[in-house]
Amino acid sequence: MAALTAARSGARVIVADEQSEFGGGLLGTGIEVGGMVARKWVQKMVEALAKWPEVMMLSRSTVTGYHDHNFLVINERRTHHLSNPASLMSRERMWRVRAKQVVLATGAIERPLVFTDNDRPGVMLASAVSVYMKRYAAVPGRSLVVFTNNDSAYRVVHDAIDAGVVVKGVVDLRDDGVSAAADAARCAGVPVYLGHAVTAVKSNFRGVKRINIGRLSADGRSVVAHKGAIECDVLAMSGGWNPTVHLHAQSGGRPVFDETNACFFPGVSVQAERSTGACAGEFDLSLCLVRAVEAASEALRQVGIDPVTVDTPGTAQHSEAPLRALWSIPGDPVMPRGKKFVDYQNDTTEADIRLAAREGYRSIEHVKRYTALGFGTDQGKLGNVNGMAILADALGQSPGAIGTTTYRPNYTPVTFGAIAGRAVGEVLFDPIRRTPMHEWHVEKGAAFEDVGQWKRPWYYPLPGEDREKAVSRECLATRQSVGILDASTLGKIEITGRDAAELLDRIYTNAWKSLSVGRCRYGLMLGEDGMVMDDGVTSRLSEHRYLMTTTTGGAAHVLNWLERWLQTEWPELEVFLTSVTDRWSVTSIAGPKSRELLESLSEGIDLSPETLPFMSFCEGHVAGIAARVFRISFSGEVAYEINVSADQGLSLWRTVMEAGKPFGITPYGTDAMHVLRAEKGYVIVGQDTDGSVTPIDLGMDWIVSKKKDFIGKRSLSRADTARANRKQLVGLKTENSTVVLPEGAQLVNGFSSSRPVPMVGHVTSSYFSATLGYSIALALIKGGRARLGGTVYAPLLDGQLIKATITEPVFYDSDNVRQRD
Amino acid sequence: MKHSALQIFRQAWSSHRKWPRTWSSPEPKPAYDVVIVGGGGHGLATAFYLASEHGIRNVAVLEKGWIGGGNTGRNTTIVRSNYLLDGNEPFYEWSLKLWEGLEQSLNYNVMMSQRGVINLFHSDSQRDGFIRRGNAMLMHGADAKLMDRDELEKVLPYLDFDNARFPVLGGLCQPRGGTARHDAVAWGFARAADQLGVDIIQNCEVTGMRIKDGAIDGLDTTRGFIGAGKVGLAVAGNSSRLASMAGLRLPLESHVLQAFVSESIKPLVDTVVTFGAGHFYVSQSDKGGLVFGGDLDGYNSYAQRGNLPTAEHIMESGMAMMPCLGRVRVVRHWGGVMDMTMDGSPIIGLTPVTGLYLNGGWCYGGFKATPGSGWVFAYTLARGEPHRLNAAYRLDRFSAGRIIDEKGVGPQPNLH
Repeated sequence: MAALTAARSGARVIVADEQSEFGGGLLGTGIEVGGMVARKWVQKMVEALAKWPEVMMLSRSTVTGYHDHNFLVINERRTHHLSNPASLMSRERMWRVRAKQVVLATGAIERPLVFTDNDRPGVMLASAVSVYMKRYAAVPGRSLVVFTNNDSAYRVVHDAIDAGVVVKGVVDLRDDGVSAAADAARCAGVPVYLGHAVTAVKSNFRGVKRINIGRLSADGRSVVAHKGAIECDVLAMSGGWNPTVHLHAQSGGRPVFDETNACFFPGVSVQAERSTGACAGEFDLSLCLVRAVEAASEALRQVGIDPVTVDTPGTAQHSEAPLRALWSIPGDPVMPRGKKFVDYQNDTTEADIRLAAREGYRSIEHVKRYTALGFGTDQGKLGNVNGMAILADALGQSPGAIGTTTYRPNYTPVTFGAIAGRAVGEVLFDPIRRTPMHEWHVEKGAAFEDVGQWKRPWYYPLPGEDREKAVSRECLATRQSVGILDASTLGKIEITGRDAAELLDRIYTNAWKSLSVGRCRYGLMLGEDGMVMDDGVTSRLSEHRYLMTTTTGGAAHVLNWLERWLQTEWPELEVFLTSVTDRWSVTSIAGPKSRELLESLSEGIDLSPETLPFMSFCEGHVAGIAARVFRISFSGEVAYEINVSADQGLSLWRTVMEAGKPFGITPYGTDAMHVLRAEKGYVIVGQDTDGSVTPIDLGMDWIVSKKKDFIGKRSLSRADTARANRKQLVGLKTENSTVVLPEGAQLVNGFSSSRPVPMVGHVTSSYFSATLGYSIALALIKGGRARLGGTVYAPLLDGQLIKATITEPVFYDSDNVRQRD
Repeated sequence: MKHSALQIFRQAWSSHRKWPRTWSSPEPKPAYDVVIVGGGGHGLATAFYLASEHGIRNVAVLEKGWIGGGNTGRNTTIVRSNYLLDGNEPFYEWSLKLWEGLEQSLNYNVMMSQRGVINLFHSDSQRDGFIRRGNAMLMHGADAKLMDRDELEKVLPYLDFDNARFPVLGGLCQPRGGTARHDAVAWGFARAADQLGVDIIQNCEVTGMRIKDGAIDGLDTTRGFIGAGKVGLAVAGNSSRLASMAGLRLPLESHVLQAFVSESIKPLVDTVVTFGAGHFYVSQSDKGGLVFGGDLDGYNSYAQRGNLPTAEHIMESGMAMMPCLGRVRVVRHWGGVMDMTMDGSPIIGLTPVTGLYLNGGWCYGGFKATPGSGWVFAYTLARGEPHRLNAAYRLDRFSAGRIIDEKGVGPQPNLH
């Protein structure tokens, strides 16, 4: 009714229903609505709703979570009911809905009674017995006894008679003469035992065989007289109804206890939601329908839509007499045996709850955690209210004073797969980024390394080569002739605007305003804590236009970092940032023959050291492709980074490879790149630094401006950051020059078998240098700069102790002659 | 009453009617020598060690709700000491040693299970990082083991080795790590502290602090004024709120962290496993549910519930690590409030207010520290100065630059 009201008033509506067909509780009853069987009426309503284009009807769809800002998650099960689903059809679908208004009409869940042996097969909820018979035309047994504390369960009497099931009697906890429903049962020839209780259930392997009943005392705490046994194979029980307040509670509402109905009603709404019908504690069907229209109308008014008038049908439901809340039903007075289960999934019994209370676990949360009440997959939908009330009884309080445990998502369990959706598997878990030259690397059998989301060539093994041999060959070729590296993955940010240089000045530790157009400069950026965060070369393309490069892994973080400062702290700066990482492909050639090679390919570019010195760039054409050529080196050799438009990257690469053949051009991967730069003592941020390293620790004082301010400057003067004995970057040479220290090895001053051992530092990078003929390492060592020439030891996992000498971190061409040549 | 097998037999004889209360709930006295604010694991452990190690028994623990109801009852129950830095590892290793004898010292079953903690790595640089950490652990006297892919295939056959976006290369294992039953830890400390004379006062919220001449005098609470010689704060996500009552502004932010539990399934995960190419950690409870979590939601909040995007990310990471989880159903997820510091490490020590001590900033690693935290905090409260093990966790370390940044991500609380 609520959906129809909203639809007719012109609202966009989603109707989400957990069951396979719409109709909720009406599907399992024989009640008449609007002069027809409920089922028929439901069908008419569904047809009426389906006519509205703005109404989306989702069956098999459970609202499993109600989050902040009216954000609802709907779990739709699409194929579970199909015997032969289309192969590409997703099993489940998660709808993410931001609703302006929510009407909850989630109904109520029948409550079991807590009595002796209430877990025997054949003891069922009365509503379940009705649903089996009325909705699915299946009888759960041949002879039935109903055990109830309220009128609703009397419906099962008539449903059973209709289905040809013998009804042996109704055992009603309430006292004599209270109910019209009881009279109706009697008229149908069913004995009604008012003021009685089931005291024991006898069963065999087939299930229930017989029940014992007895007369209750006036206060309901004991059985005063044994009444006898009734043979039956199904016992339908009803302890009243719990409004399904879960989503209301998830939205932030706090359910309140209603003494008359002995259940929790929705409390004050916190978000734009309202409950209606049984979930709001309205158990009269006619009134439910009226209230639904009212709830929808109110919701519509809240969003500025005038609700139309919708007539509600009459129903043939009788008004009900109040229930009798008897939370724990006494057992046989003479032979009290058997258990009274409260939580059927976790076997929590009434006695467990009372024991927990005796032991001092008195908060309902403590009882839950001590007894596992409500820990099952139903999250206490059946048992929790009974459990809370039993605890209240044990403590002499009212259930309202005890309160509920917290209702949380998921309303019903949801699979990992549904929530993860398509972001699974090798391809879709995380995007794979490939450079324009990727295809070529694959052709040449490169081994790849994951660097962030990028796939980078790691090394290019020739037949019969292992990693070590391949890397040595690649290094030697680069040092002796020319090597080629795909450097496309480095982060590239174009920085434009009047204040671009000012931004660089504030972000980097060194000065930028003096950089002239056409020149490049290396920069280090620090976090607010003064620790090295990222590095790279930035070039001045024109007056107010710079190209910043970052580390491959740090690209996104650096862009965020710059944007954060620009947007939140320095809005007065006129600077615009654009990520151009994917826009350019970068072919880097390095080695003594690189100039000769590039000269053979370039047009309009003068590569002489006078015109294009180290740390400068120019524009022109390489192999007929418009290019920017940067003279930058991470290897210590003369090197050029040729930037061309990404779509031309592969073509350029192939041309360079072809032209390089006479020089024995050798492609090298990240591994050789690491070795080459380590020989030169160039650090890699993230490998030789770990967020606790300052530029001074790296021996890079020269790049830290004393004059201007920059991010992290103030932190550098903090007592501990300015301390003398910090870990500092040094080189290491092993005593046995063929032994390569493991990266990550800790360093100590000498052998010790006791623990703990004081550690003086650790190895950050370590390789065998084919160029030098011995193993080299970079390390961070406490006060290392003052210990040059000293000795440290690296204890290995297998008990070995490797001896090493502390050296300068530059192993090769310490005067930088080669790269400036 | 001492718990024992004999006791169970004896109590069964009297139909379990004579079990005493696990902890009494007395009315608060007008004043105590020491008042601990926060009846979580850390607060209760502090009270226990004050009474047992330092003979200070005139102690109250004030809890605004029910004990163990904050992060003690909301975590993923992992216990480990696999830390890298000098400021951290000795402390966590001492905590793990206390865990190993905890059931005996408390005479309470906290279901400590040393099933091993394995951190997976997926790249060379991650391997270097774990080797460095493993070596540091060994040098500190803890246990650590580097496992290669072949070994992992034997113990964790359910990982996606062959088809993963980020192939598993190996893992760092701490065999002595594992899990413990979080609620039982709070209850065990409460029971043991109660037996030594500590007053555990629930439903008692601190509403103000009275400070005289720069020294703490007592606390205003919803159950009246309570005088205190010394006050120790152990209130996790509410540290900044409580400290502000004393006029202090702490270097931390409160963030939401979610945790999840699946339906019970047959035994699958018999260790604790963490994913290295996303943030996901999982273990399996004795009841059969997978208990797991991941990253912070990322925004500052005091609300103990999270949102969907982080849940999605966690499920994705879970399935990337263990594709077999696809049809496993998630029963429930909840949130806790983490007091995230600027360097990701806790603060245990003195404050500028005389007699007011702070134990907080646990980020999302507080559970494993519970006994160690209580132990050093009790020492600090009793002696008025930090123990060697928590000397690095001083509140003033941030201004001096003595940061303990295990992840190396800098002063951004939600990244730790």
